Amino acid sequence: MPVPILKQGNFLIASIQAAMSDADAEQLQDDLMNRVGRFRSKGIIVDVTAVDVMDSFAARSLRTIAHMTNLRGAETVVVGIQPEVAFAMVQLGMTFEDVHTALDLEEGLDFLSRRDAGRSPHDRT
Amino acid sequence: MTALDTVVRIDSADDIVTARQAGRELATRLTFSLTDVTMIATAISEVARNISKYAGRGEIRLGVAQHNGHRALVVQAVDSGPGIADTEQALEDGFSTSSGLGLGLPGSKRLMDDFELQSKLGSGTTVTMWKWLPHGV
Repeated sequence: MPVPILKQGNFLIASIQAAMSDADAEQLQDDLMNRVGRFRSKGIIVDVTAVDVMDSFAARSLRTIAHMTNLRGAETVVVGIQPEVAFAMVQLGMTFEDVHTALDLEEGLDFLSRRDAGRSPHDRT
Repeated sequence: MTALDTVVRIDSADDIVTARQAGRELATRLTFSLTDVTMIATAISEVARNISKYAGRGEIRLGVAQHNGHRALVVQAVDSGPGIADTEQALEDGFSTSSGLGLGLPGSKRLMDDFELQSKLGSGTTVTMWKWLPHGV
């Protein structure tokens, strides 16, 4: 099932469901890359609140999304990693050192709004 | 004494989700904590992906068995794919023959209580993993 993406102002919000297949993860990369261009989005929130397993493939996909969209001028924040998922990720050896994370959607939007407000008009062009 | 009575066929990458959901259901039924359930499901996801990526097809078998003096949930990933040339190297963090991160096997080992990797070049790989059952089950 494809991951739904909502547009909210300058930002995109993608909410991942529990059973994201490998194909869905790849589709999400393409969809977000396209929309960053189409909507000139400055930030992306990937909400993983419903995700009950974050294996190495899913984690790598999210890192790839963060890196690719960053090259297109958009900042990505992963929000809603559940405590037990965080625990399993650490045991597995996965880290998100180079990806912004926030507790939940609200904190993620807050983070992006502050970053967006901090950009000078020059940076925006 | 091993009864691995739940079998999930892995024929494509989509079956990885089915396999880990089957593991999640069994672990929940065996009253594992949510943290343990998540670790078991994550480990299943990794070994199921290895089957899909390297062997193309195989199966994940799940059940309960006695192992090293413990009652345990058992996960067995079986394929008759190309096999692993160096099983010790395959258990090192960061080693991968594909474009992956090389966390699958060593990571799965850390997520479970016991782990066994058997492989023969040209005839396949079997990964067996155990998680001790919660006390009183």
